[in-house]
Amino acid sequence: MWLELENVVRRFGERSAVNGLSMRLAKGSIGCLLGPSGCGKTTALRCIAGFEPVDVGVIRAHGRVLASENFQSPPESRQIGMVFQDYALFPHLTVLDNVAFGLHRLDRSKRKRRAEEILETVGLAEHRSHYPHQLSGGQQQRVALARALAPEPEIVLLDEPFSSLDVELRERLSVEVRSVLKTLNTTALLVTHDQQEAFAVADVVGVMRDGKLEQWDTPYQLYHRPETRFVADFIGQGVFIPGEIVAAGSVRTELGVVRANGNGQWQTGRQVDLLLRPDDVIHDDASTLRAEVCQRAFRGAEFLYTLKLASGVQLLSLVPSHHDHAVGEQIGIRIEPDHVVAFARD
Amino acid sequence: MSAEIVQAETRRAWRDPLSVVLAVVLCLPALVPLLVIAHATISPEAEVWAHLSRYVLPEVTINTIKLLIGVALLSGIVGTVLAWLTSICEFPGRRFFDWALLLPLAIPTYVLAFVAVGFLDFAGPLQSWLRAVTGSSAWVPKIRSTGGVIFVLSLALYPYVYLLARTAFLTQGRRALEAAQMLGLGRAAATWKVALPMARPWIAAGIALVCMETLADFGAVSVFNYNTFTTAIYRAWFGMFSVSAALELAGVLLLFVIAAFALERSSRAGARFASSRDMTRQATRLNLGPVARWSAFVGAALVLALSFVLPLLQLLIWSVENVGDIDSRYWGFIARSLVLAGSAAVVIVLASLALAYIERRRSTRSMRMLVRLATLGYAIPGTVLAVGIAVPLVLLNNQLQNWLRAWMGESAPVLLLQGTLLAVLIAYLARFLTVGFNPVESGLQRVTRSIDEAAASLGVVGTDLIRKVHVPLLRTSLATAATLVFVDVMKEMPITLITRPPGWDTLAVRVWEMTSEGEWERAALPAVAIVLVGLIPAAMLTRRGAHVA
Amino acid sequence: MSVRFGVFAPLFGALVLAVGLAGCAKQPSELVVYSARNEQLIKPIFDRYSAESGQQIRFVTDDAGPLIERLNAEGANSQADILMTVDAGELWHAADLGLLQSVNSEALNTNIPESLRDPQGRWFGFSIRARTIVYSTERVKPEELSDYAALGGERWKGKLCLRTSKKVYNQSLVAMLIAEYGEPKTEEIVRGWVANLATEPFSNDTLLMEAIAAGQCDVGLVNTYYFGRLLRDQPDLPLKLFWADQTGQGVHINISGAGVTAHAPRGEQAKKFLEWLSQPEAQSMFAGLNLEYPASPSIEPDPIVKAWGDFKRSPMNVAQAGELQATAVKLMDRVGYR
Repeated sequence: MWLELENVVRRFGERSAVNGLSMRLAKGSIGCLLGPSGCGKTTALRCIAGFEPVDVGVIRAHGRVLASENFQSPPESRQIGMVFQDYALFPHLTVLDNVAFGLHRLDRSKRKRRAEEILETVGLAEHRSHYPHQLSGGQQQRVALARALAPEPEIVLLDEPFSSLDVELRERLSVEVRSVLKTLNTTALLVTHDQQEAFAVADVVGVMRDGKLEQWDTPYQLYHRPETRFVADFIGQGVFIPGEIVAAGSVRTELGVVRANGNGQWQTGRQVDLLLRPDDVIHDDASTLRAEVCQRAFRGAEFLYTLKLASGVQLLSLVPSHHDHAVGEQIGIRIEPDHVVAFARD
Repeated sequence: MSAEIVQAETRRAWRDPLSVVLAVVLCLPALVPLLVIAHATISPEAEVWAHLSRYVLPEVTINTIKLLIGVALLSGIVGTVLAWLTSICEFPGRRFFDWALLLPLAIPTYVLAFVAVGFLDFAGPLQSWLRAVTGSSAWVPKIRSTGGVIFVLSLALYPYVYLLARTAFLTQGRRALEAAQMLGLGRAAATWKVALPMARPWIAAGIALVCMETLADFGAVSVFNYNTFTTAIYRAWFGMFSVSAALELAGVLLLFVIAAFALERSSRAGARFASSRDMTRQATRLNLGPVARWSAFVGAALVLALSFVLPLLQLLIWSVENVGDIDSRYWGFIARSLVLAGSAAVVIVLASLALAYIERRRSTRSMRMLVRLATLGYAIPGTVLAVGIAVPLVLLNNQLQNWLRAWMGESAPVLLLQGTLLAVLIAYLARFLTVGFNPVESGLQRVTRSIDEAAASLGVVGTDLIRKVHVPLLRTSLATAATLVFVDVMKEMPITLITRPPGWDTLAVRVWEMTSEGEWERAALPAVAIVLVGLIPAAMLTRRGAHVA
Repeated sequence: MSVRFGVFAPLFGALVLAVGLAGCAKQPSELVVYSARNEQLIKPIFDRYSAESGQQIRFVTDDAGPLIERLNAEGANSQADILMTVDAGELWHAADLGLLQSVNSEALNTNIPESLRDPQGRWFGFSIRARTIVYSTERVKPEELSDYAALGGERWKGKLCLRTSKKVYNQSLVAMLIAEYGEPKTEEIVRGWVANLATEPFSNDTLLMEAIAAGQCDVGLVNTYYFGRLLRDQPDLPLKLFWADQTGQGVHINISGAGVTAHAPRGEQAKKFLEWLSQPEAQSMFAGLNLEYPASPSIEPDPIVKAWGDFKRSPMNVAQAGELQATAVKLMDRVGYR
């Protein structure tokens, strides 16, 4: 494994910001720590970078111990690149000098060549003699990435790299960043609270809560097979409706019995909450199951309807946008989940 | 978050005791006099103290408070309004006034005081002329009065407020003003509700500096024969020969200082969160109406005339009358002034830099306290400070001498720490550390932690980090600190007088030689030289400021 | 716009050099004088002495108070050989602190009258400064004037100008009044002065005289040499000196004087210099430079000074000014003399 965290704990006084975090990242893959603010993801990143010590546990890169309870290698010798949330570009240096900053071990001509090469990769070659404040936010972000990548670090860490950009730019840049990282076959770990960003960039995503990983998986699995209620809630949209297990893969709800390829243990008679994603709720005029439209959000190709059942339970439904229904209208729906995701009710 | 850094830093434990020792050593010159004062305050000399508290304290307390409030208000208003005009608005001559209004920094307060009294008092040329023409000058307000002292000190000191308020308005003013106007506030309301409150920490910091200068001032209040704590200290010391009473008075003075100081600190706590990012090139200047434009011009011109042009003219006239005093020794006076001011600037800026770094690395409560205490020296009268340093310095010298003797026997060289430039510089360090430390500290605060971390992650740490990243980023702050210290030392009189080695006469010493015998006209020549030499860095400072903005 | 860090390097070099030079330049043979007498009033004397005797002299000027503190702080390590002040009270104070040593010199004891030196020979007066009354010739007849005490009388209500009580000359004057009249009577006198003030006390004698000339007040107290200096520049001013208390004790006098420091490294040379100062030629020059009266009675003062006429001097020993100075300052505080 290229990057390995084993039961890492980092305490601030009484509170543990990172509380037994374990994860592994393969060479060339892009990982992401995703979670709400205060979940400890940035602290975890700073532990890896070496800006925070580790109270318990071990961090290894390429088999080499970077940090453990009684050893910290200093940040400058870890061969880890970092892209900061505020970019932290050096305002007194040009773009080229910023990028060449970490290449001090190379001689002058090689340094320049390497910096130009990487600027070319991020598409900023023509801005090389500008100063940071003369660039747009997106350009600054790419300079920060180029600067982190230039010394060919073993791992690149990105701390909320797109948070100060506007939405459209964020989407475009996240694709670009992924392609740059993949082109260079760089191992990278990203930290964000935005799942779109996580899904767009990362191969593997870990959802963090209270300093721990809830689940470390591909985006697809996180969405469709969340292992905990927290992950189910945090990733994607959806609602929980109460139900009772009648057989393996079958849950009886007020919408009838829902069947799908379920995983987990199915104890008949158990009271559960069943997760219904908007795409599990299909609009079907023929269906006898009716629900009232209480809100609608037009999203171009589709509508996201918020529906209310007779019992008062609300559902979300994603419907192709030619099905235009007004608020208050009754429409027919059908439940068709790919996977049944249900959690025991406490 | 600072607790985390501390914890992280303790891992590299070997650097810490060293930096603590260095911090203590740098702060020692200012701390020792404070300790001496504190010690004296604990053991008062009852008889003298009874006399002082009955006949002296009430007057000087009231006088000092009046003076502080008056100077703080007047210099605060003048400095802030002018800064607002030159940095936010457009009016005739703005570009000129922008830097010219800082020039009074080069004029020592005692020089402005004797020019004002010489020119404006009953027997001075203005009132004499009025009497000759109109037969009476009774309606002219008395210059030798509380109002007069406040007026003169405010004219001499407003540039401190102007300098800081200007920085505040330039870095955030216009943008904030536009934002406020977008929210429907009128121009006046926007200024009042947004620009001023945002600049408040800077304005307060400037006023605190002014207050500390006012408290420590001896020269100017002496010209006015206005009794303050400083004059009472001198009187108890050199008139009643009671060192302990003098130090007790200094102790009471310190209470005032700590109040001024707390004000400055509490307001700066807010300032450190201000971002330097949005330089406001985009925002346009306020265009004043025709009446307001010309009022602004007249106001700025009036302040500049009263605080700089007219005093300088008067000094020049007196100088020409005494031009015979010029001889080749003047080169020596100038050179020694330059060497003292230059080396003090270097020493104090380096010390400030070191302290600011140590504070950044080890932001513990006790470390912050230490640094705060060390910057109190600015408000202590120079002579008290110098003597407070001289005594322990001699003790240290004699101790070192004893060790040397024990080690080398009779052939040991004779040590003379006192009476060398080292003693002068140590005293300057105690007095002017604040002046250097404030700009360096606030400059360093603008270098965000992620900048340091970015460099570290790229393998650049330690002195490389300082050389490649910090020094270029701090250039303006360091230059500001050096300039302010330089100009202040050029003007400084009591410490230079008492600590200088034989033969080290400077321009300020020359001014004293003349004024102490009442020959103000002859003091004009060295005073003009101080102003002109101090003018060069003051002009550089303002030019630089204009570029940065 | 950029100050390169390299600029600091030469500056720093200069600093190190300067400290080094100051440390090394101490030639053991040079006399070191701490002088409260200004450079322009003392350097010509030093230059003359150096030319005559080959003895080099270096000096530091400052007010007497700080100089005494400096001497006190430096203790046995002090490089100073001579302390020179412009007030007897300050010399007394320095001697009181044990900073001056007794000098037994035939020449000094002969040339300097007993009332102008320390009984124990720790300091000697080399010139006399008289503090007396100055008046406006336009508004005051000399017959109206008599002694210091009379300035507190009804006649001078709103007509009197005084210099600040912070100046040691006034402190010494009041101290001598205390010696003459006792504390209660002196307090009454000074209270009378304060009640008669035309305006706030001035910060120096020259301003005071200019105020009298301009009509702000009619009489004042000044040291005669300030009068001489002002009249030399503006001979037409309607001002004149009046010798105070001629029917009583006489005019209050003070001295400009010096003593050898307790730890003087070059005590013998210091003594020689003081002896030289009491010689006729040096006496005449020392007093003449500042329009003062020579301490040695046999020496004629400067012609300008001589023109003011002879007067009766107070015969009291000037040392009393020192002993009573603190009492005087407190007295002035009590009556509100600022």
